[in-house]
Amino acid sequence: MIFTGIILQQFYKYLFLIFIVTGFCLFSIKVFAQSHRADSSGVKKDTIKTHSLNEVSVRAGRISSRNTSATPVQVLKGAELEKLNSLSVADAIRFFSGVQVKDYGGVGGLKTINVRSLGTNHVAVFYDGVEFGNAQNGQVDLGKFSLDNIEEIALYNGQKSTIFQPAKGFASGSSIYLVAKQPYFEPGSRVNGKVSFKTGSFGLVNPSALLQYKLADNIYSSISGEIIHADGRYKFRTTNHVYDTSAVRHNADIDAQRIEAGIYGKLKDSSSWTAKAYLYNSDRGLPGAVVNNKFDNKQRQRDRNIFVQSTYNKNFGKGYSLMLSGKYSNDHTHYFDPDITTTRGLLENQYDEQELYFSAAGKYRITSFWDVGLSADYQFNTLNALENDTVQYRFVHPRRNTILTAAATDLHFKHFSLQASLLGTFVKDLVDTLSAAGKKSKLTPALLLSWQPLSDPDFRVRGFYKNIFRLPTFNDLYYTFIGNSFLRPELTKQYDLGLTYTKSSDKRALVYFAIQTDAYYNQVSDKIVAVPGTNLARWTMYNLGKVQIKGLEINTQATWKLLSDIYLNTGISYTYQKAIDVTDKTDFNYRQQIPYTPVNSGTLLVGAEWHKLAFNYSYIYTGERYDSKANIPENYIQPFYTHDASFTYSTRYNKHKLKLTAEVINIFNQDYDVILNYPMPKRNYRFTISSSF
Amino acid sequence: MKNISQKLLYLLPAILVLAYSSCRKDTGPVKEVVTPVAPPDTTVNPIKGFYLLNEGNMGSNKASLDYFDYATGKYHKNIYGELNPDIVKSLGDVGNDIGIYGNKVYVVVNVSNKVEVLNATTGKRITQVNIANCRYVTFHNGKAYVSAYLGTVGDPKAPNGAVDEIDTTSLQITRKVTVGRQPEEMAIVGEKLYVANSGGYSPPNYERTVSVVDLASFTEIKRIDVAINLDRVKADKYGDIYVTSRGDYYDIPSKLFVIDTKTDAVKKEFDFGVSNLWIDDDTAYMYSFEFSYKTGKNTTTYSMLNVKDETVLNTKFITDGTEALIKVPYGIAVNPYTKEVLVTDAKDYVTPGMVYVFDPSGKKKWQAITGDIPGHFAFAYK
Repeated sequence: MIFTGIILQQFYKYLFLIFIVTGFCLFSIKVFAQSHRADSSGVKKDTIKTHSLNEVSVRAGRISSRNTSATPVQVLKGAELEKLNSLSVADAIRFFSGVQVKDYGGVGGLKTINVRSLGTNHVAVFYDGVEFGNAQNGQVDLGKFSLDNIEEIALYNGQKSTIFQPAKGFASGSSIYLVAKQPYFEPGSRVNGKVSFKTGSFGLVNPSALLQYKLADNIYSSISGEIIHADGRYKFRTTNHVYDTSAVRHNADIDAQRIEAGIYGKLKDSSSWTAKAYLYNSDRGLPGAVVNNKFDNKQRQRDRNIFVQSTYNKNFGKGYSLMLSGKYSNDHTHYFDPDITTTRGLLENQYDEQELYFSAAGKYRITSFWDVGLSADYQFNTLNALENDTVQYRFVHPRRNTILTAAATDLHFKHFSLQASLLGTFVKDLVDTLSAAGKKSKLTPALLLSWQPLSDPDFRVRGFYKNIFRLPTFNDLYYTFIGNSFLRPELTKQYDLGLTYTKSSDKRALVYFAIQTDAYYNQVSDKIVAVPGTNLARWTMYNLGKVQIKGLEINTQATWKLLSDIYLNTGISYTYQKAIDVTDKTDFNYRQQIPYTPVNSGTLLVGAEWHKLAFNYSYIYTGERYDSKANIPENYIQPFYTHDASFTYSTRYNKHKLKLTAEVINIFNQDYDVILNYPMPKRNYRFTISSSF
Repeated sequence: MKNISQKLLYLLPAILVLAYSSCRKDTGPVKEVVTPVAPPDTTVNPIKGFYLLNEGNMGSNKASLDYFDYATGKYHKNIYGELNPDIVKSLGDVGNDIGIYGNKVYVVVNVSNKVEVLNATTGKRITQVNIANCRYVTFHNGKAYVSAYLGTVGDPKAPNGAVDEIDTTSLQITRKVTVGRQPEEMAIVGEKLYVANSGGYSPPNYERTVSVVDLASFTEIKRIDVAINLDRVKADKYGDIYVTSRGDYYDIPSKLFVIDTKTDAVKKEFDFGVSNLWIDDDTAYMYSFEFSYKTGKNTTTYSMLNVKDETVLNTKFITDGTEALIKVPYGIAVNPYTKEVLVTDAKDYVTPGMVYVFDPSGKKKWQAITGDIPGHFAFAYK
């Protein structure tokens, strides 16, 4: 890279420096006004309007949840989210600590996430309160969710710190909550809308539109749609410092369409309801690994995801609250591999997955300091393979019935709160042939606490313990040749202890400062891993792995008021993570760092606003990793660090708010792989023009 | 305002340091690792060493080559990268077979769609011969024969595989013959090439034949019906070939068959599975590694067979208990002079494997750490 003069070895040293420096800045500002504000979860107003709004949103969003939650939560929302140099939810999540995004590169590349090294299957993704599931392989491609219609992304370790939620909310190691843009109308207005157009590198053409309409005083509607087209071509370079080759990535094209519509209503008895329909359709190339003598691949995949979901909330007096939700989803996947010719022609695998889900959650207030909650969810999943001999062979058509029940209690005093929950999971699988995994039932507890040790409400201590598991997926259990129906669930234990501190003052230069830091210890046992059968094509799934994870996360946010009209937002996150394999003492890799998990990683965000101009800079550092279990030179992957920047100009034109954004991603043109042999793009650009009314 | 500027000054260097931190190491080609594993062997013996090909997991591009030198007793792990640092992305993805003919090493690299040709003395690359989806190599009369899963890639009406003939002097493909679907290993007896067809792309419609190719005309002259999903083919010195069937992994068990090449008919079948075998002189050294859907477990067995009268021997080639350490036996070879038995352990396929060398009494002589998925041997002659 350019600044080779500065040869500095280890990232955390600088971070330490940064914390000292920022800490110095912090403590040199002596007095803060005591202005702790309670949660104001109301919808934010338009973000370009005034700077005071910016402050409000900063504080409302951050103080409320980040600092009072008993479980660590990281939130990106509203204007903050909009300013990130991100196209998809996966891009935005890279800014959270404790997260590794597996990114196979480009616009259409698969992007999954792993939180605190528990594994991708331990992350649940909720969209508007209902889980976006995948019973087939348990992983959700977050690259599929564009940020276009997303208002908020929140990541909770453990679980959301509330007892009033569907049982699913208690049922995974960590959860991502995506919230779609909710309609909000200025007084006297009936219609809001936004059109936007993005273009840039990779042949990206991405028009989108959003329309919100007030159907009646208490019924709002919203419809949003977009089209994404990209040829996916980008230059990459591969070198071992003897050979040095540049090539163009092929077969990474994508054509995707998304449309979703929602209705939001309030009834006279103050209960509220929502209904939502969603359609996503895509056709993409699977660019594959870049290997010797083979840089191009021809595999393709088509996806179609449809779901409808609805929620209903009602408070009965002051004591009892009820939440109902339901969902039906239908996902179709079509995989095409022209490199394989079967007796019925080129390989085509098609799968249909369906899910039906109902949930009821209730909360009862026993006294002013004691609430109890009870939730029950039912879910039915099926997986079908369509006509084709290769997938039909020995395909067992699995069906799964899942009942989740959670009982929870919440004691909350002025300085201390304690939540405890017990989740019961009852699963029964049915299959056509062979033996099904049968019935499984399990009880798993969680304990969450939050404590304010001083009279100052800005300083809090939090902690949680959670015991949870993930079920083997349909692929783990029943995939022809690979599945092993004898699998047990994969277990995790999480321990977390953290501190949060926040200060804000309208009168000082440092308007807002917050820090959250957590130390954690996780254990994964009975980890489901693929182990070879008699040849490479015949892997079998086993309960084999054991992983110990020790980590430290630090997040800071600061807002500075420079001069009277320049605002500077900074955010720093740092993650230290030692995740070691302790499966078997005789293993080569015993006590070595698990694959794709850097010991050190961090991000930096700097945003500045001045009148109609906004500038945003982001930096992501991922330390050295190994792509396979053995920590040997053959498996070493270089650290990578990318610098992104964007400039935004906002103005008004008649009744329209116009916004122009230019982004440069990977400014210093770094060549890097997140996943071995999946090269990432060099410097690339994106331009956005949007108009809202 | 001055106050603010000062504070900013504290923040700025921190940001700069963070932004331009830690330049990356220049990694360069991966170095070979040389480990003394055995005492130097100075006995007069035409074999000077052996190459071991590690497959590397699919998509990892980690096919690698190891070499053991009998004279020094040193094991050289991962020699290709340092000897051939200028080859883009090194040896390639999934090394499926290796053979030595004359003074050339032929490495079949499956996903990289090539046969890599190296100088057997120096290990340096001579050239590559591109063959899509290539699987195994064998030699006869100045020619190398390479099986490939598909004769034509991308044609929905062409599910059959092929065998390509490479001239070992010009290193050009000279002829090609279409055989059954997804052909695996080959053996040559007289002027006939026998190749095991698997049909592995279309379960349950597996192939069940061995294709017989006349080398003079390079045409498929017949197919011998054996059993489904054939894999290994090894010739003994009595004109018989040993063919393994992998079964369907569910109801049809794997088995071993003997074909008499004089009649081109199956003359004997054994009711046990064989994953891999090596025939040396009158003895076949075999192992079987099988998963059961009934118990959810793997079982491994090692056995020996007399190929002269086709009887199972009650002797073992591992007698010191080392078999308990071998998680996944993946490759086997026998040194024809010392009668040492070489067995590899692929472990979990994603960590370095191990090669074990046993003396003729079945006691471990030495072991060495290999690359990922060690599977295929070729002896180098002086």
